Amino acid sequence: MKVSELIEKAGFRAVTLPDADREIKGAYAGDLLSWVMGRAKADDAWITIMSNINVVAVASLADVACVVLAEDVELDEEIKQTALDREINIISSGMPIYETALEIGKFI
Amino acid sequence: MSDELTFHFDVDGENFTSAGHASVKVKKILRELGLDPETIRKVSIAMYEGEINMVIHAGGGEADVSVDDKGVTIVLKDSGPGIEDIDKAMEEGYSTARDNIRSLGFGAGMGLPNMKRYSDEMNIESEVGKGTTITMKVYF
Repeated sequence: MKVSELIEKAGFRAVTLPDADREIKGAYAGDLLSWVMGRAKADDAWITIMSNINVVAVASLADVACVVLAEDVELDEEIKQTALDREINIISSGMPIYETALEIGKFI
Repeated sequence: MSDELTFHFDVDGENFTSAGHASVKVKKILRELGLDPETIRKVSIAMYEGEINMVIHAGGGEADVSVDDKGVTIVLKDSGPGIEDIDKAMEEGYSTARDNIRSLGFGAGMGLPNMKRYSDEMNIESEVGKGTTITMKVYF
């Protein structure tokens, strides 16, 4: 499903959405960045509580469909701008990682 | 692409938050060249892990990327402390990164294993006290 559809159906919030029509084909949850790069697949929704600038680089290089920030984790404005510049979708969930993953699992 | 294209980058060892600039630029170049997404992904991740390693362990270094009709070659060269035990460093989960690096989400001991995972060929030349040169090839 599209990132925009996931936001609507799961009740998530858009943080940056430069590519709302991007298709999500799977999901991966994790905070260790190299682990994510080793295990996440292209077009996954990547669920994390990490919020530093390296998240944007990892999302871009690993080519995930979107980053899903669990627990309403906030991002600095500078990081949001970098995400927009690199066309990275970032969405936010108020739930912990496990519940966020369960919610996403209903739709993919 | 009969001619070889080459790109050179200096990797800044001071600024951890800007680590990845060279990899992001390479990703952009490869997209413009029209390479397939999976090749771009493999090159991008392998190079980013190498770049991060140079920032964490070696105070920066140099990256040279070349593209020819067979694939992409990435050479990462630093003048850092070198790798004492390469076999150990290749083990998943083994890391010598400090705690402040781990708090950023790195230092999980997956960098070199990921570089090997995503490259078709990888060669490490390292001398303790002198530095490390890693060559990775990703074929089309």
